Amino acid sequence: MWSISKITEIIQHWLNQTFNPTWALIFEMVIAGVCVIGLFAVLGLVLVIMERKVSAWIQIRLGPNRVGPKGMFQSLADTVKLLVKEGMTPDGADKFLFNLAPVIAMIVAMLLMAPIAFAKDFRLWDLNIGVLYVSAISSIMVISILMAGWASNNKYSLMGAMRSGAQIVSYELSAGLSIMSIVVLTGSLNLSDIIYSQSDGWWIFKGHFPVMIAFVIFIIAVTAETNRAPFDLAEAESELTAGFHTEYSGMKFALFFLAEYVNVFIVCAIGATLFLGGWMPFHIGHWDSFNHVMDYIPSSIWFFGKTFFLIFLIMWFRWTFPRLRIDQLLNLEWKYLLPISIFNILLVTVMAILKWHF
Amino acid sequence: MSTDTEILKGRLTELLPSAVFDESGEWLNITLQPTVWHSFALQLRQVESLNFDYLFCLTCIDWKTHLTMVYHLTSTTFRHSIVVKSLLKIDKPVIETVSDIWKTAEFHEREVYELFGVNFIDHPDLRLLILPEGWEGKNPLRKDFEDHVNMVKL
Amino acid sequence: MFEEIGTTTEGDLIINVGPQHPATHGVLHLVITLNGETIKKVEPHLGYIHRSIEKMCESLTYRQFIYVTSRMDYLSAHINNHACALCVEKGLQIEVPPRALVIRVIMDELTRIASHELWWGAMAMDLGAFTPFFHAFRERESINEIMEETCGARLTMNYNVPGGVMADLHKEFPKRVKAFITLYKSKISEYAELVTGNIIFQNRMKMVGHLSVGDAISYGCSGPTARGSGVSCDIRKLYPYAVYDKVEFDEVLETGCDSFSRYIVRIREMQQSVRIIEQLIDNIPDGEFQAKTKAVLKLPKGEFYTRVETARGELGVFIVSEGGTTPYRIKFRSPGFSNLSALDKMARGSKLGDLVAMMGTLDLVIPDIDR
Repeated sequence: MWSISKITEIIQHWLNQTFNPTWALIFEMVIAGVCVIGLFAVLGLVLVIMERKVSAWIQIRLGPNRVGPKGMFQSLADTVKLLVKEGMTPDGADKFLFNLAPVIAMIVAMLLMAPIAFAKDFRLWDLNIGVLYVSAISSIMVISILMAGWASNNKYSLMGAMRSGAQIVSYELSAGLSIMSIVVLTGSLNLSDIIYSQSDGWWIFKGHFPVMIAFVIFIIAVTAETNRAPFDLAEAESELTAGFHTEYSGMKFALFFLAEYVNVFIVCAIGATLFLGGWMPFHIGHWDSFNHVMDYIPSSIWFFGKTFFLIFLIMWFRWTFPRLRIDQLLNLEWKYLLPISIFNILLVTVMAILKWHF
Repeated sequence: MSTDTEILKGRLTELLPSAVFDESGEWLNITLQPTVWHSFALQLRQVESLNFDYLFCLTCIDWKTHLTMVYHLTSTTFRHSIVVKSLLKIDKPVIETVSDIWKTAEFHEREVYELFGVNFIDHPDLRLLILPEGWEGKNPLRKDFEDHVNMVKL
Repeated sequence: MFEEIGTTTEGDLIINVGPQHPATHGVLHLVITLNGETIKKVEPHLGYIHRSIEKMCESLTYRQFIYVTSRMDYLSAHINNHACALCVEKGLQIEVPPRALVIRVIMDELTRIASHELWWGAMAMDLGAFTPFFHAFRERESINEIMEETCGARLTMNYNVPGGVMADLHKEFPKRVKAFITLYKSKISEYAELVTGNIIFQNRMKMVGHLSVGDAISYGCSGPTARGSGVSCDIRKLYPYAVYDKVEFDEVLETGCDSFSRYIVRIREMQQSVRIIEQLIDNIPDGEFQAKTKAVLKLPKGEFYTRVETARGELGVFIVSEGGTTPYRIKFRSPGFSNLSALDKMARGSKLGDLVAMMGTLDLVIPDIDR
C-alpha cells in the first residue's frame, strides 16, 4: 500500500545509492529543513483561515469570502501584506533583543516539530526521550515572550510579558503531569512507543476516568500555555491593547502570529499522539476484522483528523468564553488543576501497577 | 402651591433666615449668599427631615452682570426637590465647594471652573477636566467668549 | 508595597488607557496608577470629543437645538430628543396629542433595547468574549431597520419635534415591531446560555466594582448603574412623563452593588421594555401625531427643567429662557458624566482586568460625557 513512509524510504535509498553516506545525510537534512519551513508556512495559512472561518461560523457571519474561492486565499493575501509592511523598531527599544524575540518564537515552534509522527513511521527524529524533549523545548517559548515584552520598552508589553511568564510557568506543571500519566502507563518516553502501545485502543478509552481527567487538564493547560483565549491574558486586547506584541509590526509581528498557530498545532498534535493514538487508526481490542477495515484509512488522515479536531476544540473555546482575570487564572492552576493532577497521577500509577487498564 | 412646599419652606427658613424664596417655577427656589452656602448645604444634607442627598444638577449661568450658580437637589427618601441659587461677582467669582458633601460635585465643579471660571474654595482637585492642558484665554461658556476660528455668527 | 491605596509613590506604574484604546469605546482617556496589577487610582481626562453642544444651542432656535442633542448620547438619540421636546413643551404649555405620546414611548423603549443590546455585546467583548457582540447586533439590526423605516435614520433619529413627532407611523409599523418582539423573545435564552450563566463570566462580575448605596447616591449615579446598587431612581416611575404612568412595568432593582447586579439590571430592563411595547403596540390611539404649534417658538421668560430616563440614566435638560427665540443658557445633565465620576471609587484596589469590566457595566458613551 502507498504510504508516506514508503516515499521517504525510496528517497533515502536513492540518496544513499547516488552519494556517499555523509552527503546523503546532509541532503536529507536539507530536505527535512525545507519541508519543516514549508509545513510551517502552510500550517500558518491553513490555521489562520480555519480560525477565521470557525469564528465566522460561531458568530453567524460569513468570514473572508473575497480572495479566491470562498476566501481561501485570504491568509495568503494577508501574508503578502505583512511582508511588504515596514517592520518598525521603536526608538527606546533594545534593538537586538527586540528583533531576536520573534525569531526565537519561530525557532522554538520549528524545533517542536522534530519528534512528531505525522503518519505511520514518518517523523524527523525518532527520539527516545520525545516526551521530555517536547516539554523541555516548549518551555523556551516563554523566553521569547518575556524578551519581546521587556525589549519593547512599553508598559503594556511589559505587563503582558509578566502575565504570560507567570501563566506559562504555572500551567506547564499540570500539562507536564498529565503527560506523565501516559508515560506511566506506557513506561516509555518515546513517542513511537506510546503510539504503538495504543494499537489495541487509544489511551483515552483504555485508561478509564483518570486518563480522561488527564486529557481534560491537558487541554486546559495547553490552551493556557499557548496564550489562547480564555487564557489570553498576555495579549488581552481590551486591557493591554495587544500585550507583549504591541510594538511589533510587519513580518516581525507575523512571526509571533505564525508561532502562535504552529504552537497550537503542535500541542494538539502532542495531545492527539498521547491520548488519541496519533496516527494509529481507531482500534478496538481484538476485533481484528474491524481493526483491519480501519487500517484502510491512511495513517496521515487519522493523525491530521485528530489534531484538527483538537484545534477546532481550542478555537471553539476562544470564541465562546470570556477571559479570566490574572488572579483567577493562577488560582485555577494552583488551587484546582495542580492538586487534581497530582492526585490523578497517583491514581494512574496505581492503575498501571495493578494493570487495571484494558 | 402645595402644602408640602409650604412645610419645606418653613423648615428651610428656620435653617437660614436670610434666604430669599421664589416659588414661580416647578420647584422651590432659594437664593442665598455664596459665603453661607457650605454650612447651609451641610445642613440640607444632614438634617434628617430634609435629607437632600442627591445633587442631580450643578451648573452656572452667565448673566453678563453677574454669574448664578444653580444647584438642583432632591432627596431619595422624601422625594422633595429644591433649587439653590447663589449670585457671584462677574470679575472674581468665588464660592465654597460642596464636593465633600456630594461627591458628584467634584466633577461638576471642575467643569464649571473651566467653562465659567468660577473658583471653588477648598476643592480637592481643581484642574482642567475638559479643556486641553495649558488652556489660556476666556472661559468658553461665558457670554463674552469669542473664537473667530471655530465659532460662526448666525 | 503596603502603602495606602490612592496615593502615588515613586515606582508606581502609571499607564494611559486611551484616548485610543480598545477598552474605552471612544476617546476616553484614563490615567491609571498601578501597583503591579492592582489599581491605586483612576483619573479620567475628558474633552477629546467635546463639541460644546451647550454653547451651540445658545444660538439655535427651539426647533433646531433638538437635532444637536441626537449627537450627545448617540445610542439613545430618540430619548435625548424626547427630553428636549418635553422641555420646550413644558415652557410653551403645548398639549401633545395622545397618539404622539404613545409613539414616543414605543420608540423610546425600542431605542433603550437597541442601546442595551449594544452594551451587552460590547461589555462581553471587554471581557474577551467576541461572539456575543455579533449575536447582539443581529437583534439590534432589526430595531435599526424599524427606525429607518419610521424616521429615515438608523441612529440619530430626530423624530421628535415640539408638539409631537415629525411624521406619522407607516402602516407596517405595528407588524414590524411585533415581529421584532417575537424574534427577541426567542433569542433571550441564548443570551443567558452564552454569557450570563458562564462560570468565568460570573466570577469576573460578582464581587467586583463595589458601589455602595451611599456612594451611588453621593456620586449622583443614575440609571442601571444606581439601580444595581438598589437605589430607586427610575424617572419613568418616579416622575412619569408621556404615557409611562398608564403602562405596567417594574422598576428593576438589584441589591448586589457589584458589576453583576448592574449587568442583571440591564438584562431585565430590556425585558421590561418589551413588556411596555407589547402593551402599547396594539393600542396606538388614532388622531393627530403633532400638535399645532406656531412657526416661531418663543419660550416665556423663566427656567425649565425636565428629566427623562435614557438608556444610561437620568438626562436633565435645563433651559433658561429670556423670552427670545433661542435659549439663553441650556444645560444638559448627562448621566454618563456622573456615572464616570464613580469609576475611581469603584476601581481602587481591584485588578486592571476588572477595570475594563467595570467600565463595561457603567455603559459609558463618551460623547454623552463630553457633550
